[in-house]
Amino acid sequence: MNTLQLCLLISSALFCIGLAGALSRTNTILVLLGIELMLNAANLNFIAFWRFNPAPLPATGVIFVIFAIAVAAAEAAVGLALVIAIYRHQQNIRLQDATRLKG
Amino acid sequence: MTLSVQHLWLIPALPLLAAAIGALTPSGGRTLAASAAIAAMVAAFVLSCCALVAALADPTANLTYNFTWFDLGTGAVRLGWLLNPLTAFMCVMVTFVGTLIFVFSLGYMHDDENFTRFFCFLSLFAAAMLGIVVSNSLLFLFVSWELVGLASYLLIGFWFQKPEAAAAAKKAFITTRIGDLGLLLGMVWLYHARGTLLFFDGGAGVLEPASLTALMVSTLSCGLAVSTAISLLIFCGAVGKSGQFPLHVWLPDAMEGPTPVSALIHAATMVAAGVFLIARIYPLMEADYHHHNLPIHALTVVAFIGAITALMGALIAVAQNDIKRVLAFSTVSQLGFMMLAIGVGSWVAAIFHLLTHAFFKALLFLGAGSVIHAAHHEQDMRKLGGLSGPMRVTFLTFAVGMMALAGVPFLFSGFWSKEAILHAAHAWDVSHIPLYFGLTAVVLTAFYMTRLVAETFFGKPRSHAAGLAHENPAVMTVPLVILAACAILLSLLAWPTPWLQHQLDPQAHTEPGGLSLMMLSIVLVALGLGAGWALYGRLLRTNASAPDPLAAALPRLHAFLAARMMFDELYAATFGRLSNGLAALADGLDRYVWGGLVNLVARLGQFGGLVNREADEDGLNAGFDAVSRKVRSVGQIYSRAQTGETHGYLRVIALGFVVLVLLVMLGGVR
Repeated sequence: MNTLQLCLLISSALFCIGLAGALSRTNTILVLLGIELMLNAANLNFIAFWRFNPAPLPATGVIFVIFAIAVAAAEAAVGLALVIAIYRHQQNIRLQDATRLKG
Repeated sequence: MTLSVQHLWLIPALPLLAAAIGALTPSGGRTLAASAAIAAMVAAFVLSCCALVAALADPTANLTYNFTWFDLGTGAVRLGWLLNPLTAFMCVMVTFVGTLIFVFSLGYMHDDENFTRFFCFLSLFAAAMLGIVVSNSLLFLFVSWELVGLASYLLIGFWFQKPEAAAAAKKAFITTRIGDLGLLLGMVWLYHARGTLLFFDGGAGVLEPASLTALMVSTLSCGLAVSTAISLLIFCGAVGKSGQFPLHVWLPDAMEGPTPVSALIHAATMVAAGVFLIARIYPLMEADYHHHNLPIHALTVVAFIGAITALMGALIAVAQNDIKRVLAFSTVSQLGFMMLAIGVGSWVAAIFHLLTHAFFKALLFLGAGSVIHAAHHEQDMRKLGGLSGPMRVTFLTFAVGMMALAGVPFLFSGFWSKEAILHAAHAWDVSHIPLYFGLTAVVLTAFYMTRLVAETFFGKPRSHAAGLAHENPAVMTVPLVILAACAILLSLLAWPTPWLQHQLDPQAHTEPGGLSLMMLSIVLVALGLGAGWALYGRLLRTNASAPDPLAAALPRLHAFLAARMMFDELYAATFGRLSNGLAALADGLDRYVWGGLVNLVARLGQFGGLVNREADEDGLNAGFDAVSRKVRSVGQIYSRAQTGETHGYLRVIALGFVVLVLLVMLGGVR
């Protein structure tokens, strides 16, 4: 097993942990946490594929990842603001209770 | 010191300024309003005297100053001032008599709460009259003419809380407006025919030979010369303003205004305006006179209207009991004399009579005002009497005025002016009927004036108010004395030489009056005075309800005259009823025919709306509603996918991801 496969395995594990967390938790913050994990698994893949490319372009993977982290930070800010709004509404942050937008 | 014609506008402008001051003064500023009005009149009088000096330097010249008011299309509307002896004498008379009336008003209106308003209106009245006098344009004359009408309306209705005063003001305004319509039409026609309304404009004015010839030679289809038609239309305005038959009905009712207003209307302004207008446009009136193929001459109409008015006014005056009404009808009669004089070709005699009449009629009215003021607004001469003792100054001055009006020979100005008119009527070669009418009116004038003085001043007081009467303060008696002096001194204008007549019209050759005619008129005056004295002076009335000797002798005639020859009733029964009928017709037409049509259109509109609504609701809307319902139901079905549960969404995403991964793994990556 070479290093690339190892990295992909780790990232897959990370992704599965994130997915399980996001699907199983009721606390909205923890769900967000799970999503962040999945995002970072993807980032790890970017880095790995770039690092073990036989003819890598300079800094491509790193730029990709920095962008993804920036977007993730913005998304986290929006997500946390939503959490606060939900808390104001229903005095808790249980995701199962926030169903008011159903059709 | 002379006044040049460019500055002639100052004469009407000063009273106008005083009127503006009076209008802007709060009702507390009595001294300011009154002193502004009187000061403006005195200043205007001084300027008028300067203008008279300038005019008499060359009596034949018509000094004019014309200017463009505004441009209209290719032409221009031009106005101007005109200075000749006629203008100047009128200005002096109006400002002098006006000043005295203003001063008298200080006393007469002293207790009135609308004192400042009164002086504002008086100034406006005088300003408008002076505007008529100085104008060199028929247009500006007409504007001032209407201002005179407005001011008379405001002043006659000054005590508008009295219904009679409000009605009289309305009557005066509407009646004169009927005449003014004629004047307006005449003016428009004249402008159409000549393209200008200036009287004198260096040969192009309407009163100058070129224009007169052009107007005279063109005739209408009915055979009338254009100048005749225009003259008669303009004369309509004068008939209304000067209280000539048949539009005289407003003048006696104008007595409802305060007495100084009556004096102003009857002496200096308003009624004098009509006579002045005809004298001013005399060349136009006379243009058709030597044209023998015409069916009628303008001056003939004027003469007969004047003669009828003179006789009618005098007849009605005989049977009136209100002091002011007697004087009012005597004014109607005297204005008839003036029109008669113009009609028989002597406008100079008319203006002479206008000037003398202004003084003694102002005197008589102010004297009557003095009596009324002293007797606590008792105007019925049957309830007065015995005032010659307590009101000596008023009595003596009133007697002077009465003798001037009656035409007592030699000493009084009225005699000379009346003599000039009778002489002109005698010399008229068309008809002698006006002369006979005039002579009859002379007898009647002497008769009713004797009655007026005898009933008012002699005998014993016949009411409580008359018994308490005493002489008025100097502010009211001094104007009377000045006017009385003028009523006598104005004789000097005509005697020993006819100076005034020569100044007004140097071409007029006044041959020495026929002595026999003068003797006849003296006899007639004596007859009138004697008859009046015999009926009313010798056997004095003892109480207010005693019957009138004339009414006892001729009851039906007296009642007819006392009812003012039923003119008001006649007009009410004809024009009034006609107007009411027309109004009812118009009302019915409006209510049923036009109203019905409008309602029909409205119904049609309503019906159209109904059809439209039905089509909309049942046709178009139903289709749209069906489509909308379908869209909604489909939307409802799809909206079930939106559960609102975040975990549900996440699960679906995860499932989709797993499926994608499986697809990639089974199908391989291409």
